[in-house]
Amino acid sequence: MRGPLLALALLALAAAVGPLLAPGDPVAIGDVLAVRLVPPLGRAPDGTLHLLGTDRFGRDLLARTLVAARLSLLVGVLGSALSGAIGAALGAWAGWRGGATDAALMALADALLAVPRIVLLLVVAALWGPGVGTTVAVLAATGWMGVARLVRAEVLGVRRRDFVDAARALGAGEGRLLVRHVLPNALGAALVATSLGVGNAILLESGLSFLGLGIQPPAPSWGNLIAGGRELIVTAPWVALVPGLALVATVLACTRLGDALRDRLAGVASPAAEPSGDGR
Amino acid sequence: MPGGLPALARRVVGALALLWLVVTLTFVLVRLAPGDAAALLLPPTGDAADLARLRATLGLDAPMPAQYARWLAATLRGDLGASFAQGRPVRALLAEALPATLLLGGLSLALSFALGVLIGAVQAIAHARGDRRGRRADAAITTLTTVLYAAPSFWLALGAIALFTAGAARWGLPAWLRLPAFGVEDPAGELRGWSAVVDRARHLVLPVTVLAAVGAAGIARYARAALLDALGGDFVRTARAKGLAPRAVYLRHALRVALPPLVVLLALALPGVVAGSVFVEHVFAWPGMGRAMVQAIAARDYPVVLGATVLYAALTLAANLAADLALPWLDPRRR
Repeated sequence: MRGPLLALALLALAAAVGPLLAPGDPVAIGDVLAVRLVPPLGRAPDGTLHLLGTDRFGRDLLARTLVAARLSLLVGVLGSALSGAIGAALGAWAGWRGGATDAALMALADALLAVPRIVLLLVVAALWGPGVGTTVAVLAATGWMGVARLVRAEVLGVRRRDFVDAARALGAGEGRLLVRHVLPNALGAALVATSLGVGNAILLESGLSFLGLGIQPPAPSWGNLIAGGRELIVTAPWVALVPGLALVATVLACTRLGDALRDRLAGVASPAAEPSGDGR
Repeated sequence: MPGGLPALARRVVGALALLWLVVTLTFVLVRLAPGDAAALLLPPTGDAADLARLRATLGLDAPMPAQYARWLAATLRGDLGASFAQGRPVRALLAEALPATLLLGGLSLALSFALGVLIGAVQAIAHARGDRRGRRADAAITTLTTVLYAAPSFWLALGAIALFTAGAARWGLPAWLRLPAFGVEDPAGELRGWSAVVDRARHLVLPVTVLAAVGAAGIARYARAALLDALGGDFVRTARAKGLAPRAVYLRHALRVALPPLVVLLALALPGVVAGSVFVEHVFAWPGMGRAMVQAIAARDYPVVLGATVLYAALTLAANLAADLALPWLDPRRR
């Protein structure tokens, strides 16, 4: 658990201070012709070293990749945290109330799960128009179903336990019962599922941005940086390669962190929904 | 799941109910979107008179339930409206794009399943052998599949293009490794007979490889876990104890038990392949549903976007249904 956590902390630190140390403005377009498409480890005519090269507008790629990390991480973490919170709330509500509320919420979850998530994201981004806010909102709106199912199952298991009856007998209200006595038992599973969702959310954001439906240039995100390198993939492959490597490393660290968290909380319920363990 | 016809009927009804929910959801989404549905559905060239006419045609002055009934009836009849960008029925447009996506997705899914189970089996067997080399090989492959699973398909697709077009030419790789990166066939379209078949197959190689690589990485992770689980079972120890050859133990005993859950995985992997195919079709200019949808979004061609959504949902539901129905047939314990 320490390895991936350290990697993510380093990345966040680099994203926070790195661009300040890099040569040139990572967003503004300067004297294009002289410094465009400098290869990695190359020097611009004025002698500035570009560790990972420059893009087609002569902007330092390392600085851009680090600035992009800010938005990509923010959108990924915020999107999955929101979807985790929505999922926990709806799942707890469905499991606690039961009956028609439960049936309606689970039907909605099943309907959303029937559409591949990327298709849902595309539809919503298309109807509402792209941008950072929309991207976070659609990630939250399309990612809550897994957590909701988990939390609902946990709540269903816990609500009939003796300590709940005991608390009720002592006069605890319905709200207090749910929030103080039932929900805490389900939060471990929700937390693990949410943390496992961060990597996926970062990937989805990059996909949307790659298609031009997520974060809009000139604001850099890994997805639109890769899109910027698409036509240059033969002549200047580093333009797409560098942000892609940062993306893969980040998603990898997030997945590892989620896995480690799951192993640590083993016994809480296995939220990875492993099909191999299904129905046994 | 208890067998028999009632169970089957219940599953089918459940899937249809979900499809109805998805259709309802698209209706709600369009109505929730900022602005008037007519303004959204109006071609960019339309003026105020067109807007009024469209409002009347769509029945937007009618109360919401009436609008909904109308939309539902049309969608269930298969009438998905007409594309603004191309002026043709959405149904015809999607019917044209669907075979390309099914070919790409089907081939990739089959390949990723075969590859993924094979890789997972190799890992599980290496791990179960218990010596240092086996464990090292297992760990190395796990690293590879984890990295591949973390990589976006569009980025891998760009890498494949760089390697097998310009890269192949630069490094003097044999001609058959210089692969086409765009479309389904030679743009000149003058090939006939056998050479046309080869040309189409060569166009399939890169998109299918990228999609299958991502899929196989995901399936290998599950296959490894499922097989290791099976290899730890008492029946495997019994089979070994009675002197069966390792190959017979692996194939006839372990794989037989591990395979049915993996078939479910095949259905669960479908949305992943669909998602990947949206990007892969976009990068490789493959004329399938994903590309049609992305182009429709860029052109604000909402009937096509919504039609594609309904079709995608129908495909996913059909795959889940097929997995549900195949499971008892494959696994006697579920009958």
